[in-house]
Amino acid sequence: MMPELGKYAVEVLSAYAVSILLIAGLVALSLWRSARMRRELRQIEERHRRNGR
Amino acid sequence: MSIWEYANPVRFIRTADRVLPWAAALTAAALLVGLIWGFFFTPDDYRQGSTVKIIFLHVPAAMMAINAWAMMLVTSIIWLVRRHHVSALAAKAAAPIGITMTLIALYTGAVWGQPMWGTWWEWDPRLTAFLILFIFYLGYMALWAAIENPDTAADLTSVLCIVGSVFALLSRYAVNFWNQGLHQGASLSLDAEENVHDVFYYPLLFCIAGFILLFVTLVLLRTRTEIRARRIAALLAREARAA
Amino acid sequence: MMALLRRDLTLALRSGGGFGLSLAFFLIVVTLVPFGVGPQTATLAGIAPGILWLGALLACLLSLDRIFQLDFEDGSLDLLATAPLPLEGVVAVKALAHWLVTGLPLTLAAPVLGLLLNLPDGAYSWLLLSLATGTPALSFLGAFGAALTVGLKRGGLLLSLLVLPLYIPTLIFGAEAVRRAADGLSPATPAMILAAITAATVALIPYAAAAALRINLK
Repeated sequence: MMPELGKYAVEVLSAYAVSILLIAGLVALSLWRSARMRRELRQIEERHRRNGR
Repeated sequence: MSIWEYANPVRFIRTADRVLPWAAALTAAALLVGLIWGFFFTPDDYRQGSTVKIIFLHVPAAMMAINAWAMMLVTSIIWLVRRHHVSALAAKAAAPIGITMTLIALYTGAVWGQPMWGTWWEWDPRLTAFLILFIFYLGYMALWAAIENPDTAADLTSVLCIVGSVFALLSRYAVNFWNQGLHQGASLSLDAEENVHDVFYYPLLFCIAGFILLFVTLVLLRTRTEIRARRIAALLAREARAA
Repeated sequence: MMALLRRDLTLALRSGGGFGLSLAFFLIVVTLVPFGVGPQTATLAGIAPGILWLGALLACLLSLDRIFQLDFEDGSLDLLATAPLPLEGVVAVKALAHWLVTGLPLTLAAPVLGLLLNLPDGAYSWLLLSLATGTPALSFLGAFGAALTVGLKRGGLLLSLLVLPLYIPTLIFGAEAVRRAADGLSPATPAMILAAITAATVALIPYAAAAALRINLK
């Protein structure tokens, strides 16, 4: 399954690993903050509605 | 029906909600196809060996690093001229994506350059220009983080983005003057003379499409988040005034 | 306009700190270099143009935050903003005052420090000339950075982060001119580009800096 990478295996694999990690980290952070903001906004809007405005 | 309708935050959120699942799915598909094709099913280059596979990350990341800054420049100008909040927030949302792309381009460039040029880092004009771009991103994000009033922050970062663009471009040419480089020319150009070979070209196209889609998806997602954050701040401020 | 310039110069001279300190800083940086790289005169001569330019640039950076900070705090900046003199003019005058109390003394001190670093003979006139044409750009770009960060309580470090990347082209062409002169080549091309950068910066940056100031004063 694994292609033959020859003597540059470390370089190629680390390039892929680091890039994928960075992108995954960015996506995870974005999703996490998105979910948190959505939750907080819903709570605050709920509270405003109960206070009758 | 014009593009300015999307400048309405509510409309933007509604559209983003509708578009995001599709954009995310397309991104995943393009990236999977491109990277798997590139990593598993391309031959080694006769000179560069297997390191040629790094091209599938290096080139798209480098393109998006520059395009993200260009998009920030455009949205900054739109904010200064037309005062659409969504525009300013989109610029804020794009910066962390751009800096990540710059990091990927720098890292993949370093591990590619090491076996090819025999050194991790070379003060080559292209590499140096990306390092400078990285610093510009840092300064831009630091200024956003430092200012409390969101409208002031949007104004000042927009001015910085415009001035920074001029100087980033100037630095690019200054660096050219200062050191002729090792870096090869553009890998993709219309005169096919020195283009990469077809075997690498098609998976590369998928990867570029994947990175562009990834950027669009993340900008939509992060801008939506920023709009909500602004709304939260506004509601809390109103509560504080009422109390 | 002249009155404002005179006032800024008097304030800078009376308060003492500013320009004496940046000259001292320049001297210390240049003195520390041989301790770091060793006392071989050939090595020092090779890196002297870069070190002198870099030292002048860092010394210039030190006093940037004072361009607007004091006037912002005591409210005189608000007065200046409503004065008949356009804010762009105020920025230009203040940047000029900054150059007169830092850039100019640094330029004049550089040849003396060049002796310490064994700078080759042919390079002194170009060192003077390139610093004289380059440092105004440093002051004006610094004024832009200071205008961006004037409202912040601890803007000093951020100011450096914002301004230093803008200094890159000036540094490249300025140091390159001196280096070419030291190697016996013709420094005309980098020197002319440097002059062009300074001219454009001095002409255009006041608009950007004034825009930033207006935003901060709102």
